[in-house]
Amino acid sequence: MSGGQLPRWVDYGLIPFLNLAAAFLVSGLVVILIGENPIDAVKVLIWGSLGYTEGFGYTLFYATNFIFTGLAVAVAFHAGLFNIGGEGQAYLGGLGVAIACLALDHYVPWYVTLPFAILGSALMGAAWAFIPAWLQETRVCHVVITTIMFNFIAASLMVYLLNGFLKKPGSMQNETRTFEDGGRLPFLNDIFPSFGFGFAPVNLALFVALAACVLVWLLIWRTKLGFEIRSFGANATAAVYAGISPVRITVVTMLISGGLAGMMAINEIMGSQHRLLIDFVTGYGFVGIAVALMGRAHPVGILLASILFGMLYQGGAELSFEMPNITRDMIIVIQGLVILFAGALEHMFRPAIAQFFLPARP
Amino acid sequence: MFETVILTLDSTVRLSTPLLLACLAGLYSERSGIVDIGLEGKMLGAAFGAGAVAYITGNAWIGLMAGIAVSIGLALIHGFASITNRGNQIVSGVAINFLAAGLTALLGQTCCSQGGRTPSLQGDGRFRDIVLPGAEQVRDVPIIGPIYAELLSGHNILVYAAFVAVPVTWWVLFRTRFGLRLRAVGENPAAVDTAGISVTWLRYRAVIACGILCGLAGSYLSIAQSAGFIKDMTAGKGFIALAALIFAKWRPASAMFACLLFGFLDATAIRMQGQEVPGIGEIPVQFFQALPYILTLILLAGFIGNAIPPKAAGIPYLKERS
Repeated sequence: MSGGQLPRWVDYGLIPFLNLAAAFLVSGLVVILIGENPIDAVKVLIWGSLGYTEGFGYTLFYATNFIFTGLAVAVAFHAGLFNIGGEGQAYLGGLGVAIACLALDHYVPWYVTLPFAILGSALMGAAWAFIPAWLQETRVCHVVITTIMFNFIAASLMVYLLNGFLKKPGSMQNETRTFEDGGRLPFLNDIFPSFGFGFAPVNLALFVALAACVLVWLLIWRTKLGFEIRSFGANATAAVYAGISPVRITVVTMLISGGLAGMMAINEIMGSQHRLLIDFVTGYGFVGIAVALMGRAHPVGILLASILFGMLYQGGAELSFEMPNITRDMIIVIQGLVILFAGALEHMFRPAIAQFFLPARP
Repeated sequence: MFETVILTLDSTVRLSTPLLLACLAGLYSERSGIVDIGLEGKMLGAAFGAGAVAYITGNAWIGLMAGIAVSIGLALIHGFASITNRGNQIVSGVAINFLAAGLTALLGQTCCSQGGRTPSLQGDGRFRDIVLPGAEQVRDVPIIGPIYAELLSGHNILVYAAFVAVPVTWWVLFRTRFGLRLRAVGENPAAVDTAGISVTWLRYRAVIACGILCGLAGSYLSIAQSAGFIKDMTAGKGFIALAALIFAKWRPASAMFACLLFGFLDATAIRMQGQEVPGIGEIPVQFFQALPYILTLILLAGFIGNAIPPKAAGIPYLKERS
């Protein structure tokens, strides 16, 4: 392989594009295998996600979730850490949002509740990332393994809580009571009625997510802490020599990462469901990995990747409606293929491309 | 009381079997330096393959072969990504889990139209329980009788295979040349390479061994324990097996005990449901579900010895720089 540098547009444009194209090509083969026409499927998918404003509203709603979980994974990536516990951290974040909303919704309007909900979700998500982070540096056990386990512990804990004292009295469902207006974020359709988002649950949390993108960019590329995080990720040994404390960086990075994952619950719980319920995360935490990989751990890339995945979710729902043979499980297959080709096999096309772009060496 | 203990232990054995097979699968892979969090996906894929083919052919053995084939296929994808392309092994494992979860549900719906499950297996489509010789005769003998007749006898062939696989794995890893090299490649691949042995080929063999055992584990779920594939039927067993592997500190015999312990927790949880414990009250079933992970975390935190993974685990091997 080459020691030379590929042009930037190849590294950040062409290679991700080829990886994505390969993933979609294989997805097309799966559609053919099921006995449907992949071209028609793509048409339905794009029309369903972008073709009309309500569909686009759903796309943005899903994208909001992915922005949070994608940023969470990306921040950890910069420190060379792999946080696959977004699932559990977001679940616990839901608990933080629910506590804030249940406590305040009778008394204050939503814009007073919102800061407390953000704080609650970020604190809970961060708390759930703390022990894995601490174990990683003090006990040398890999953060991947511990965060996976915390996902399962979170699932058990939340089922227990929602079965017990969080449960709405007299209800058979494992969920809290529905929040009053003071615990609900306004839908974009109510703020901008002229756009015609209809029943799409896209809400004010979208702007929280966009603010988070900007803040993460500032943090990683414009602050001392961000520099330390990137140095630690690039070369941990050198960073330690430079006086950067590995325990501090690991813990701080994982707290930020967990907090971002937890904030996903603002969109889902305060923005759309208006109550805390079982399994509301349903894979958004894991898909954050794919989003961060595709977005090359940069907020702009993550924003674009989130919209793409939002399209897949919304278009996929439309697809299962139009072509009953293609169930919503197809979305999971496409995600798996994107993670495989854009993540694990990201170097597959590189040698051939390098040969094409770099002059042959003597 | 004695009967309750025997019955709990009996279901412990049944519940431990898939964990044990998957755990040993992970043992081969991780000892060679390939971290595998895709055990769950491989099991699920195998469960679907076995369930579907056993239904079509009506033969459990052909179903088992299909299950193993699916699992090896997924293992080879993992190998191609992490050995040949030197990709991130965690990412590849996550991809395998996604692919298996999506494809099994999707194809299950396409082929059978029963909401992602395969039709119920009849007769020879399923592995049946084997009654060991003399089990019925000794049943009435006190103490030994129930132990032999209930606990040791009356399991299907895959259960016995799983427990036979423990000494076999120990022998392969610690008493053969292949095993020595496999362990070496997980600790210091450069040294193995210098000795003129192919790191790539060794790791591929380890990954294939992992695929075979995961295939057995998944097939057990769909054509031995149950009579057919159900969507998401692995339900996190692959991850419990991964926890057991760490709990056992990557050793075969300890892996068996860890899996038996986690299986026992599962069996106890089922038995304890809705029952009061004197002095404590009803223990929530979620506590038992979380306990394997909590125990492993306590181990990792250093309260029960230290768990040190193979040194080269997770690091792609780069043969030469140019």
